[in-house]
Amino acid sequence: MTTATHPLGGPPVPVPAPGGMTAPLGPVRATFGGALRSEWTKIRSVRATFWTLVVALAATVGVSVLVSIGTVSSKSGVQDLRDGDPTSSALTGFIVGMLAMVVFGAMAITAEYGTGMIRTSFTAQPRRSTVLAAKAVVLTAVALFVGLVSSFASFLIGAQIFAGKGVHVSLGDPHVLRAVIGGGLFMAVTALLSFGLGAALRHTAGSITAGVGLMFLLPVFQSFMPGAWRDAVVRWMPLNAGGNIITTKNTEHMFTAWTGFGVFVLYAVVALGVGFWLTDRRDA
Amino acid sequence: MDGGPVIEARGLTKRYGDKKAVDDLTFTVRPGVVTGFLGPNGAGKSTTMRMILGLDAPTSGTVTVNGRPYVTAVAPMREVGALIDAKAIHGGRSAYNHLLALAQTNNLPRRRVGEVLELTGLTQVAKKRSGGFSLGMGQRLGIAAALLGDPQVLMFDEPVNGLDPDGIRWIREFMRTLAGEGRTVFVSSHLMSEMEHTADHLIVIGRGRLQADMSVKEFITRNSEQSVSVRSPEPGSLIRLLATAGARVETQRDGVLTVRGLEPARIGDLAFDAGIRVHELAPHQASLEEAFMELTRDQVEYRANSDHNELIGA
Ligand SMILES: Nc1ncnc2c1ncn2[C@@H]1O[C@H](COP(=O)(O)OP(=O)(O)OP(=O)(O)O)[C@@H](O)[C@H]1O
Ligand SMILES: [Mg+2]
Repeated sequence: MTTATHPLGGPPVPVPAPGGMTAPLGPVRATFGGALRSEWTKIRSVRATFWTLVVALAATVGVSVLVSIGTVSSKSGVQDLRDGDPTSSALTGFIVGMLAMVVFGAMAITAEYGTGMIRTSFTAQPRRSTVLAAKAVVLTAVALFVGLVSSFASFLIGAQIFAGKGVHVSLGDPHVLRAVIGGGLFMAVTALLSFGLGAALRHTAGSITAGVGLMFLLPVFQSFMPGAWRDAVVRWMPLNAGGNIITTKNTEHMFTAWTGFGVFVLYAVVALGVGFWLTDRRDA
Repeated sequence: MDGGPVIEARGLTKRYGDKKAVDDLTFTVRPGVVTGFLGPNGAGKSTTMRMILGLDAPTSGTVTVNGRPYVTAVAPMREVGALIDAKAIHGGRSAYNHLLALAQTNNLPRRRVGEVLELTGLTQVAKKRSGGFSLGMGQRLGIAAALLGDPQVLMFDEPVNGLDPDGIRWIREFMRTLAGEGRTVFVSSHLMSEMEHTADHLIVIGRGRLQADMSVKEFITRNSEQSVSVRSPEPGSLIRLLATAGARVETQRDGVLTVRGLEPARIGDLAFDAGIRVHELAPHQASLEEAFMELTRDQVEYRANSDHNELIGA
């Protein structure tokens, strides 16, 4: 076997027989496990993904710390701080980190449509719901991990800041552990919601706009609503509903932590349902 | 391999809006030979290939691979390897990771990635971002992906587009070797000249409709009627003379006569006997490209016409 410069340019090549097999392939199957491994390889092998997650983490922790510092310096007395919700203050950064999660969730699918890679993916595994489900599982796991790290870091640093003012909060206090773990869950479900929108809309910019609109712009309208309406409607907005999970005290007119989060999960389920349904019946 | 059809399309039709991209196509593709899928731009080649792979759903009709719809394959990559669009990869991912992610979907062994990289000569650049690849290297990566599952069927959509002559020859020989191993090779092109040396069998489409389905040899015999270009200062008398002798004569714009149905020597003798001066007498073998254009010309004319009508209608 000789090597020669390759006619298509690039490095020199040996010229073996086209099959190029060193040993015959045994019987193989395309399985869900295979799809999971494939999606994990995809997600870890693009640098942009990594940086999006770093931004999510840095923004969450950074803003949380700033808000904690702001809170302790603006409130006059220790009692004032205790009457507030130190845990919730220490987790405020999630509002910002969530933006990066919207990008992460949408890009997991829209990047494949943008490059045309989706056709290669659906050729290798023509059962499209298998591909989407595997993506969703990997994406949720990664978002949950980043969310939990962000959440615990934000809370632990925030608790130190509050402790400096003599206000002590710990993971053992009522509802605190739920709120901190809730931060991770909130991020994971946000990524899933955005992934569903991405699967339905296929375009990166459109999906991110839709995700940001649904999460962050919708609440802006509440200021234009008549009071009675507002109290009835506002709690149903995705960010308001989901956000209850990172508080330890119930806010007026809002759902309780788990009910609110359940509503948020419903939004994600609907988005995913539409995304899966459209993906299955459309031409790729 | 029993030689039976591997890809089988029946009444395959695809409509986009009120436009028929593929119109009632029925054909089969057999193993052990290279089957060329030929048609001018917009004829519906890519659409047909996407339907074979289940990427686009037919409006009506069916297409099967090894007797069943491709989407029901247990190990899709073992059955079909396809190069649809070499640029359709995430540029930020290395060639190695791109191939690994594909191999994993079908639980193919990891060593297979190294093998196809070796095979297409990409081993040295395997860890580089594929976004930086040249056109030719991108094409090689697409071929590497198609070969991952060591499939029985290979489908290439315009694999030599944008490649230089050496690259074209490499791919051509590659496809011939794959077919020689008993595989089914289905390759599209809009150039007859390309298929002439690559394909054994031809499926020609124009405007989504089947125009020809025959061996390349048969296509050549059928379509390479000889003609003779004749220049004469007395074209009128010559035309009458040749027509009487049973030839079909056409006058070209520059006054040259195109004569079909008579040998050059016979034309010369006839003219000499009748005392008609001939200044030029040149036999002319119609190229396959011309035959192919001829075959799909009606379709193109129809298109020009319908566009015109739409303009008037608007
Ligand atoms: N997704 C789509 N939506 C609307 N029209 C389409 C779509 N895909 C293809 N078409 C139209 O269908 C026809 C056939 O296109 P197709 O790409 O299959 O042709 P082709 O033979 O591959 O052409 P080419 O040689 O240019 O690649 C064209 O007129 C094209 O404009
Ligand atoms: Mg095409």
